[in-house]
Amino acid sequence: MEAVRTNEAGLRRDEWLERLKLFGLGSPAILLILVILVIPVGWLFYVSFIGADGTFSLENYERMLKRKSYARIFQTTFEVSFLTTGLCILIGYPLAYFIAGLPNRIANLCLITVLLPFWTSLLVRTYAWLVLLQKRGLVNEWAISLGLWDEPIKMVHNMTGTLIGMVHIMLPFLILPVYGAMKAIDRDLMKAASNLGASPRRAFWTVFFPLTLPGLFAGSLMVFILCLGFFVTPAVLGGGKVIMVSMKIVSNIELFVNWGAASALGVVLLVSTMVILWIASRFLNLEKMTGGGH
Amino acid sequence: MTSRTNEALPISVRNVTKTYGPVHALNDVSLEVRSGEFLTLLGPSGSGKTTLLMVLAGFTRPDCGSLKFGDREVIRTPPHLRDVGMTFQSYALFPHMTVAGNVGYPLKLRKVPKAEIAARVEAALDTVQLGGFGARRIDQLSGGQRQRVAVARAIVFEPRILLMDEPLSALDKKLRDQMQIELRHLHEKLGMTTVYVTHDQREALTMSDRIAVVNHGRIMQLATPRDLYERPANRFVADFIGESTFLPVSRQGDTVVFDGTPLMHDSPPPEAASLLLMIRPERVVLSREGPREGVNNFAATATEVVYQGDSFLLHAALADGAQIVLRGAMRGANVTALPAVGEALTLCLAPEDTVLIDGGEA
Ligand SMILES: Nc1ncnc2c1ncn2[C@@H]1O[C@H](COP(=O)(O)OP(=O)(O)OP(=O)(O)O)[C@@H](O)[C@H]1O
Ligand SMILES: [Mg+2]
Repeated sequence: MEAVRTNEAGLRRDEWLERLKLFGLGSPAILLILVILVIPVGWLFYVSFIGADGTFSLENYERMLKRKSYARIFQTTFEVSFLTTGLCILIGYPLAYFIAGLPNRIANLCLITVLLPFWTSLLVRTYAWLVLLQKRGLVNEWAISLGLWDEPIKMVHNMTGTLIGMVHIMLPFLILPVYGAMKAIDRDLMKAASNLGASPRRAFWTVFFPLTLPGLFAGSLMVFILCLGFFVTPAVLGGGKVIMVSMKIVSNIELFVNWGAASALGVVLLVSTMVILWIASRFLNLEKMTGGGH
Repeated sequence: MTSRTNEALPISVRNVTKTYGPVHALNDVSLEVRSGEFLTLLGPSGSGKTTLLMVLAGFTRPDCGSLKFGDREVIRTPPHLRDVGMTFQSYALFPHMTVAGNVGYPLKLRKVPKAEIAARVEAALDTVQLGGFGARRIDQLSGGQRQRVAVARAIVFEPRILLMDEPLSALDKKLRDQMQIELRHLHEKLGMTTVYVTHDQREALTMSDRIAVVNHGRIMQLATPRDLYERPANRFVADFIGESTFLPVSRQGDTVVFDGTPLMHDSPPPEAASLLLMIRPERVVLSREGPREGVNNFAATATEVVYQGDSFLLHAALADGAQIVLRGAMRGANVTALPAVGEALTLCLAPEDTVLIDGGEA
């Protein structure tokens, strides 16, 4: 016997309308992405394949492969990004852990201080580090007068200075997601672990840490990717000794007015970032690691 | 499962107090749990049951007091060194591990060989009727299944002391009945000292060797289920366990008098300033032919009669307006005609059912 299917058409139309409304809400954003992302990136790809004579050529990419300086620039870029991310984890994770353990009111205050650097411009903060860290700067003067070291130490215009500045700027991007992940952990879980016989250290590594991994992963990825394209801080604090891809792009345009070469660099940076994202998502099966869906 | 040779441990709680600001979550609690005993904490919400359990497990640091497992003072021992199993009211299952990972966790910490872990996990899961669920993730389980995983995890390492905070509250009645029996069997088999928390008085009466009734952070009475029901220490306990009605009575010399009539009672009244007569509905006998010999008789008028299938409930008013509730079996003359509202009746209470309790506010 045929089952009675009342209102079938009407219900299906309602579903359609709902989807249409959702799409309508999303359409400004979709349009925006189309205009400011898809079209320029397409243009970028296109320009990168145009040679000096204005015709299609692979010379921009060939140059990158041939010249040693390019390899070094990419190496520096990844090195700085890795080190910055690593230092951010080393400093940020314990800090997030500490803040997550505080009573809510104080924790909120701490988070505001973590975000405080965002209130001033990037450039100002970077130059502030320059003032603090230079040969006759505050840090050297105080350290010498306190007898910590005798000669001024070179802390800017090199890798050290770059890293100090970058870590300072990137830290909030790591702390916030990690803190979020920590706050979401049910306190009873740690109690249960220790009730079942886990020492505090064991409970941390077997229960707490695995549950913060998604946050840590998200934060690290964000820091790493932001680092890859960073310009101001290495330019100011690196003193010409730390040359990253972004800086080469700028010099290609400003010095040599070579849009093709600059675009090719941009394309390589973009593609390598996407490859990293893809590998990361393949290797770290976050869904499985955290029990997903919480 | 391997059987362990070590004995169960008695628990001795002495003068433990825990305050949260003005709230006394525990108010000078002393409690001796015998070795191998199944003791239930029963009390209304917010009475301090979980707090007491948390003190036993070592998660709540009391303001003062002493706690001994056997001869060992443990009040300052950290939780992971206490070796007590516990189920949490919130289950507290690890979301990043499978069911087997959760249940095997305490065994892994104790460096049990892998093959033995697998076997013991499976046995524990069988006990809670979740055999074959080992590979599931926690978020793929229903509430009741989670609760049972929590029980399996608490018993798998065969702790000498087991603490359970409402471990069956999320189960349907049938499964709960089965699990109650299962837990009792397990307790008999492993013999661990068990402290069990529940809201459900029937569950408490069914499962426990002894029950501690808790209210406002204090233990009102600690007794066997039978004593608790038959001889409650005060009105709170009598009210909380089972139904009852209370009549004010007074002492006149050696006798206890209600409304001018001396009462016959088997057990002596407690040494208290004020006394109450506790009447359980099922102990009152209905007489439709006037007073009987050898029992206490109360003249009453039926005010409400409720048919309940296997029994009937009768509310009756005494001459002074006091209400007595009576539960009668649907048998004999009652089947043909239940008492009618307004009918004059006699309610009879045998001397052994005439229980006098402390009427002071506890
Ligand atoms: N961390 C805390 N801070 C403040 N007050 C608390 C805290 N934990 C418990 N209390 C208070 O202590 C009292 C006892 O709480 P407890 O959790 O022991 O009750 P319970 O008997 O387990 O109740 P339930 O049956 O609802 O689980 C309650 O009044 C509660 O509000
Ligand atoms: Mg509770």
